[in-house]
Amino acid sequence: MALKDITLGQYFPGDSILHRLDPRAKILLTVFYIVALFMAKNILSYSLMFATLTGCILVSHVGFRVLVRGMKPILFIVVFTAILNLFYTPGEGEPLVAFWIFKIYWEGIRTAFFMVLRIMMLISCTFLLTYTTSPILLTDALESLLGPLKKLRLPIHELAMMMSIALRFIPTLIEETDKIMAAQKARGADFDSGNLLEKAKALIPLLVPLFISAFRRADELAVAMECRCYHGGEGRTRMRQLKYAGRDYTALLLGFGLCLSIWGINLLGVF
Amino acid sequence: MIHLEPIVQTEKLSHVYSPGTPFQHAALVDVDFRAYPGELLGIIGHTGSGKSTLIQHLNGLLKPTSGRVLVEGQDIWESKAATRQARFRVGLVFQYPEYQLFEETCYKDISFGPKNMGLDEAEVDRRVREAAAFVGLPDSVLDQSPFELSGGQKRRVAIAGVIAMEPAVLILDEPTAGLDPVGVEQIMSNIHDYHEAKNASIIVISHSMEEMARRVDRLVVVNDGRIPLEGTPREVFAHGSELEEMGLGVPRMTRVFHRLNALGAEVDPSVYTIAQAKEAVLDALKRKGGV
Repeated sequence: MALKDITLGQYFPGDSILHRLDPRAKILLTVFYIVALFMAKNILSYSLMFATLTGCILVSHVGFRVLVRGMKPILFIVVFTAILNLFYTPGEGEPLVAFWIFKIYWEGIRTAFFMVLRIMMLISCTFLLTYTTSPILLTDALESLLGPLKKLRLPIHELAMMMSIALRFIPTLIEETDKIMAAQKARGADFDSGNLLEKAKALIPLLVPLFISAFRRADELAVAMECRCYHGGEGRTRMRQLKYAGRDYTALLLGFGLCLSIWGINLLGVF
Repeated sequence: MIHLEPIVQTEKLSHVYSPGTPFQHAALVDVDFRAYPGELLGIIGHTGSGKSTLIQHLNGLLKPTSGRVLVEGQDIWESKAATRQARFRVGLVFQYPEYQLFEETCYKDISFGPKNMGLDEAEVDRRVREAAAFVGLPDSVLDQSPFELSGGQKRRVAIAGVIAMEPAVLILDEPTAGLDPVGVEQIMSNIHDYHEAKNASIIVISHSMEEMARRVDRLVVVNDGRIPLEGTPREVFAHGSELEEMGLGVPRMTRVFHRLNALGAEVDPSVYTIAQAKEAVLDALKRKGGV
């Protein structure tokens, strides 16, 4: 797998309704979705959550394959969680399987299954947010949503700026890593074999140039920003003003409705 | 030269980037590329034409989506050992190679490649010093940190790092990008020295036509993931208008003669140096006088 294939935090340009929603609405919707996800307790509510997510993915034109590929890096966490839940969930009645000190109950399987589903949906919905929203819009929206905290003297603008710069440079640095890796491989460097210590040592020819280039880039960026008279958020106006439209209100209502229905299902206690 | 067996060749080589994502993109389509022993070959093509993708296949950094890559007659993806062997037989110098330096001293950095080849210390030492000499680095520089050097010197250290592996084929991607004219001249003559001394094949990627035309034996034009033209510089530059359609400039002299031809003067439009131009003009005059 080439490093380029890691799509974490990468924006897929498009023109779907999800792309066109106001980024603030999208962030709020993601929050609604996550809240609903943590309230979901049974098959009915999980099905509802799953259907909602599938619908959003279909509408976004991002494609399931891309999402699945993005999940590769967290596969370990998913498997780890599943195993822990499988073995350590106590249950009533007879264990289904028992050997040595391990006992697997029906409840364990159930919890593990829902846990895995929950993590996957959690990751998918946040991925969907970053896939359909450009990093610039995303940080603009965050700054706007967190705006009220400025009154508490929190440096919201600076945080947003740092975030947008960090997001902006993830693909660049990944590309750079790819390039340096290729160059060192061309000189016979071996990143894949050997024991842990040898592997760590093999990273030096990669990490030193990478850090140097990151610092160089940071320096160049700082100079470029200063040349354009950047001096922080005070009195700064925006080229792109965020504005809620009708569809944003509809989407937010739907999101709120989702939370309510999950809550309702819980109250009714349907399995 | 053409009768020899190619030292590096590709057969129906195709490469697709990011398959299955919205960014899917075919960088190479059924490319048959050949480089012969001892030749100085130029690859030209504009940004995004696939030339960088092509050269990264030649030493096994990229795996073909389909097709084969042969180095000295052997398929480099046949076994792990063959791939590793190809890395050492085909040396690749990337664009802006100075950004890949990492060691405390230039000596250590140049020795990185030879050490990875598993050579003994005496051999490594010989190769480092020889490579440094090829690129014109004085001994005093070898003990300095590469990060204290000037841009041009850094680049020479980086090139020496590949030359020290004594590859049979040396590929350089835009080796003179961003250097001043003196630096360009120096690097190109260093490369020429290596070519002469080791009788190695050299493949240079560049988009500076003037520079390429003067030095190379053969030119390969890459456009849109394919090789539409190849041959001696004269053969290639005879297709001046096609080159310009691909967004590639032709040498200034060639352009002048193409224009003369279009205006009705019967001159050979494939010239690219002043000496050739003089001959072409005399030739045309002679023919006219003869009529």
